[in-house]
Amino acid sequence: MDRTQLLLTLSIALFAIGLLGVMIRRNALVMLMCMELMLNGVILSLVTFAERSAMLSGAVLVFLVFVVAAAEIAIAIPIVLLLARRRRTLDVGAWSELRG
Amino acid sequence: MSLETLLLYFFSAAALLSGVLMLVARHPMRVAIALIGAMISLAGIYAILGVHVIAVFQVLIYVGAVMVFMVYVIMLLDVRDPSFLERYGRAVLPSVLLAGLLAVALAAAVGRGRSVTAGDLGTTQGESAGTLFNVQPFSAEFLGSYWLHFELTSVLLLAAVVAAIAVVKGGRRHDG
Repeated sequence: MDRTQLLLTLSIALFAIGLLGVMIRRNALVMLMCMELMLNGVILSLVTFAERSAMLSGAVLVFLVFVVAAAEIAIAIPIVLLLARRRRTLDVGAWSELRG
Repeated sequence: MSLETLLLYFFSAAALLSGVLMLVARHPMRVAIALIGAMISLAGIYAILGVHVIAVFQVLIYVGAVMVFMVYVIMLLDVRDPSFLERYGRAVLPSVLLAGLLAVALAAAVGRGRSVTAGDLGTTQGESAGTLFNVQPFSAEFLGSYWLHFELTSVLLLAAVVAAIAVVKGGRRHDG
């Protein structure tokens, strides 16, 4: 198998595993970590294409995506902690009555 | 098969294994450790590809900042949480089918495609990819052409800090 195809397949597999984790796990923090895995899979494909096309702008874009991901985690974790403090549990089933 | 290819396969297998471990591990701390393993494997892949800057930032930002933050939060939590005992929700089988279908469809698209080289894309940079992504060319390009974007990310981070403080403060007022 070609190296690009191997890496793209790995990126697809990581994305699918992360998506599966978000859908089936009950723990809110674990769901958050599975989202990180999805993001890492997508970044892998971005790096693969940037390396393949020998463009530095791709690497710069990956760096900016890293910073945005760090900002996203800095907001997502306080929200999860707030939810956990209200219902005394991390189980997302405790919030199943939310609508909209 | 060269050593490089062998290492590429090794790190790919390690990343996949860590991903599967994330799905089956019961305690969030083990999930976090598995995710750190996957991120370090990906950093190894980036280093093999020659994109050294990204490999370093993957370890520094993701493992060093994001995951350490996550591990601290897990240590703050109650270990007798019901979601630790029952791992999965109700719709396991449809979710597995959906994710599998997505993966197969995307992999089929990748398998059908023709691999693209730098020449096909018409990039004008004469340097080979081997030295292009080293620290020096990256830094010169980054702070030469993209300094405005770099400064804008600091504004974004400041906004994130303010938002995090607002979320925590607002929640405390309602909680009492």
